[in-house]
Amino acid sequence: MRAIFAVFAAFSGVGIIAYALLWMFVPQSALAEPETDKDRKEWQQAVGLAALGIGVAVFTGLLGGAWSGWITGPIAVALIGAAVVWREADEAQRRRWRDGAFSQGKTGIVRTVAGGALVVAGVAAFLVVNDSVQNLSTVVLSVLATLIGVAVLTVPLWMRLVRDLDSERRARIRTEERAEIAAHLHDSVLQTLALIQKQSESPREVKRLARSQERELRSWLYGREVGELPHSISVAIAQACAEVEDDFAIAVSQVVVGDCELEDGMFALVQASKEAMVNAAKHAGVAEVSVYAEVEPEKVTVFVRDRGKGFDPDAVPEDRHGLAGSIRGRMTRHGGEVRLRTAPGEGTEVQLEMPRKTEART
Amino acid sequence: MSVRVFLVDDHALFRAGVKAELDTITEEIEVVGEAGSVGEAVAGIAHHRPDVVLLDVHMPDGGGAEVLRQIRTKIPEVTFLALSVSDAAEDVINVIRAGARGYVTKTISSQELVRAVVRVSEGDAVFSPRLAGFVLDAFADRPGAAPISDPELDLLTPRERDVLRLLARGYAYKEIASELFISVKTVETHVSSVLRKTQLSNRYELSRWATDRRLV
Repeated sequence: MRAIFAVFAAFSGVGIIAYALLWMFVPQSALAEPETDKDRKEWQQAVGLAALGIGVAVFTGLLGGAWSGWITGPIAVALIGAAVVWREADEAQRRRWRDGAFSQGKTGIVRTVAGGALVVAGVAAFLVVNDSVQNLSTVVLSVLATLIGVAVLTVPLWMRLVRDLDSERRARIRTEERAEIAAHLHDSVLQTLALIQKQSESPREVKRLARSQERELRSWLYGREVGELPHSISVAIAQACAEVEDDFAIAVSQVVVGDCELEDGMFALVQASKEAMVNAAKHAGVAEVSVYAEVEPEKVTVFVRDRGKGFDPDAVPEDRHGLAGSIRGRMTRHGGEVRLRTAPGEGTEVQLEMPRKTEART
Repeated sequence: MSVRVFLVDDHALFRAGVKAELDTITEEIEVVGEAGSVGEAVAGIAHHRPDVVLLDVHMPDGGGAEVLRQIRTKIPEVTFLALSVSDAAEDVINVIRAGARGYVTKTISSQELVRAVVRVSEGDAVFSPRLAGFVLDAFADRPGAAPISDPELDLLTPRERDVLRLLARGYAYKEIASELFISVKTVETHVSSVLRKTQLSNRYELSRWATDRRLV
């Protein structure tokens, strides 16, 4: 590109002005001009182009005196023609993005042809004039001038086309993504951070807030829907863990292998698991509870484990029904089983097993 | 002799925190260098020749997997332990398949991190409960699963499954050993063997599983 302008610059500095002209056009592609302003803008551009052409002719005419008046006149004509074609290409490109197809109107074709004709006329006049003034070989000059004319007309056009299309599409995608991320972070993370600052005297509350925000952000980043009714056991278990985390300000680390539909028995299993987590949170005196669930073809097993105090199962008072009622009762009613492993100082692990219904197998 | 550790993480604050914790709680580990980008990491690791690299998964310019790719061919004796906030299946499986000897999340306690670093420096594998769950899931035999082309690599033995299940339940190696009536050394052997299969198995399921899986 620059080489072309350098060649042009040899002729009375026209290249510099042509460069300026191109520079003037480039930033426009980034602006999304409203449809209604189009006509006005076109007129402004046309007037600007004509003024520029005349300006170039006058300016170089003054500089070079009588000698270059014959040269700059044709060049200015060619320049205006080129500018019209470039401009039209720019418009056609915009139309194509808007309409999604390469539809160039009648006026567009007329303008392109007229611009091309201007260029040809300018170049021809230039050659005729120079042939009589200078003693250079006509063949060399005409080949060179034609090449330059074609290059100036097409090369910038294609480069612009490719670059504009690409950068505009990228910018649009970026803007949309940014807006979505900003909206989400504002509603979630910023709100939580504000809450944390207010609650900074209560470590328990801060921890709870941070943990629940972490969970929410994770599910957003890694694509799991939250807040909807669970249809699968993995989602149901994740929700139960989340509720326990929120209610008791502890961390529940959960691992689920496989997945299945959430029918009656599985719902009971999830409820019993949650009860086991609640027990661990209340009595074990630990900051973390591990939950592991595995879905197999014939059964689903859940392990709820803590490394806390543990207890002596035989010494549990009669009136404490958490384990007996909420866990064991629920499980046995649906044909499940409960196993308990604990001893004072050894932590506690509740193992829950629920058979899968034959027709529900996947 | 202490284990020489190199930290790679694009968050300077996190690096400083890990370094301070490791420096204060143990003599076993010496942090010899750190890096905040893939380029810095590759140059720093080549220069310092650490025993273990603590590697962040998410970084600009390709992340931890890119560091692994560039270093593993040049300096195969350096071992990598991935340390990340991400629990996404795809990240976990990718970094393991790129050659990391283990994967732990950033919420891990300092003591556990020290144990994990020492363990990988001795050539063993470190599986967080999450990773154990992912691997179990990826190797599960479900209806319509891809055919097994290489049983040596494409299937887990029943014993390996037992070990993985206990890891997923949050058991430490010692607890697994006493639960299964085997030695800790045997547990380590099983875990290393599972790691090898996870890295080398060409089972279509494994790579597809990680990308398909929406659950975290």
